[in-house]
Amino acid sequence: MSPQRRYLSGLLAILVSTVVFVIPFAFILLTALKDKKESALRSFSWPASFHLWDNLVQVIQARDYMLLTAFLNSTILTVVSVTLMVVFGAMVGFVLQRRPSIWTSIASFFVLVGLIMPPAVVPTIWVLQSLGLFKTLHGMILIEVAYGLSFSILLFRAFVATIPRELDEAATIDGAGPLQLFFRIILPLLKPVVVTVIVVQSVAIFNDFTNPLYYLPGKQNVTVQLTLYNFQSMFDTSYNLLFMNVLLITIPPLIVFLFFNRQIVAGMTAGAVKG
Amino acid sequence: MTLATAASGGRVSVPKRSIRTPYPTWFFLPAAVIYAVLFLFPTLASLFFSMTRWTLFNWTFIGFDNFVQFFKEPFLVQGLVNTLIYAAVTSGLKVVLGLLFGMLLTSEIWARDYLRSVVFFPVLVSTVGVGITFTVLMHPTQGLINESLALIGLPGPGWLTNPRLALLSVALVDVWKGVGLATVIYIAGIVSIPRDYYEAARIDGADAVQRFWNITLPLARPATVTVVLLSLIGGLRSFDLIWSMTRGGPGFTSDVIASVIYKQYQAGFYGLSTAGNVVLFVMVALIIVPLSIALNRREVAR
Repeated sequence: MSPQRRYLSGLLAILVSTVVFVIPFAFILLTALKDKKESALRSFSWPASFHLWDNLVQVIQARDYMLLTAFLNSTILTVVSVTLMVVFGAMVGFVLQRRPSIWTSIASFFVLVGLIMPPAVVPTIWVLQSLGLFKTLHGMILIEVAYGLSFSILLFRAFVATIPRELDEAATIDGAGPLQLFFRIILPLLKPVVVTVIVVQSVAIFNDFTNPLYYLPGKQNVTVQLTLYNFQSMFDTSYNLLFMNVLLITIPPLIVFLFFNRQIVAGMTAGAVKG
Repeated sequence: MTLATAASGGRVSVPKRSIRTPYPTWFFLPAAVIYAVLFLFPTLASLFFSMTRWTLFNWTFIGFDNFVQFFKEPFLVQGLVNTLIYAAVTSGLKVVLGLLFGMLLTSEIWARDYLRSVVFFPVLVSTVGVGITFTVLMHPTQGLINESLALIGLPGPGWLTNPRLALLSVALVDVWKGVGLATVIYIAGIVSIPRDYYEAARIDGADAVQRFWNITLPLARPATVTVVLLSLIGGLRSFDLIWSMTRGGPGFTSDVIASVIYKQYQAGFYGLSTAGNVVLFVMVALIIVPLSIALNRREVAR
């Protein structure tokens, strides 16, 4: 490409992508800064007066500080379920890659099923209810683990293949049991893929709306996505508050994006170039 | 062997350890229990409960009545058809646009990093948030999209209020949000193609179009397979975007199976809702399994 064409096509691409992909976010930001009356016009315009602080306080105070509860719940849900997913998923991925047997073929089959099949919602509610886990954060955590395991196992198995077996043998000869081998030798070596799994699954769980909608109803246990959904009908006429909420919920993924962009892309494109 | 037997009289633990594998099958156990109890068992149970009238506490077996109803009620059938349309439109557009963006963003274009970030970021944003934002942007009279169209003299349609358009509008937003993922998958696929092939083709006199059809497209095939399968799986079970934008409306015109399942669940028809879930399984299995076998086989044949 000639330099002139390069700049021209680049300029055009920047223009189009800004209109298509940046303006919706700018709209969120601008609307979140307006007052109620101005935001109701739905226009893409510079705010006549700024109400960042007012809107923030009002959104946080709404419904007895529901948003704070929601952020707390979502944080607990994300941290605990991702931790469990990493440990259990890495254990499975490790053995799955190292030891072909009838169990590993069965496990591989179920990993695929878990990747493809949508969950059966009402029977799951029934099971949760009989276990006393319906409408509890504990139950929700286990659900996220169950649904996210397949993808994590896939990533871990692929990465374990790059760790030489000689390491296992050396550790075993030195007297390490399976648990020591896994937690002291293998898991530390898996660090790059652990970071990838943490980042990708955290974003997925933090943004999960459908599963909490089914398995975690009720005011006590709201997550951030459910709060946003509730506010959608509650703030029907107060777009400034609604979009302040959207803005707040967009900040955590933005932070993750700024710091872990590479790992996210690595995790999400895994398998794309296996050919 | 004799040593082991001899030792087993005295200290048992030492020989046992030397026999034990460092890769014990019980490592599967924690994951397997959670998966089996909360995913596998409910899935199997759904096959039974889809044939019942069910209140969660007791059930009456009614055979295939739920399924008959599913295929007889026009709005339920509409949900079925809509699911297929939605999945086909979203994954088709993601493949085409993803490949286009992928090629653009692996070329020597200016501000490549900025463009990649901008296209990819919506993937990470809350679907409900995106749904709410676009519901406002797509407002028939005051929305930014139609106001901009009016500026250049085009009459904007009622994106979400026109029954014939609502489903497609949501599908477009789905593409807006998801095309970044398709793009990065294609970028990874295209970057892995050796540059020499393009050099050789150039020397042989192949123009850009020929290079695309004979090098990029066939060699980016694993990426295409991934994008097609991922977006079909996502499209068939899609719920949150549709629910946050139209609730399946106007009428039932943008209902998909996943939203039908939720509506029946809300109405307390647990058996019917579960039957919808089984229909969804069957549909996903019938589409994804043969497709992935076919796509992967042709890849091997190459």
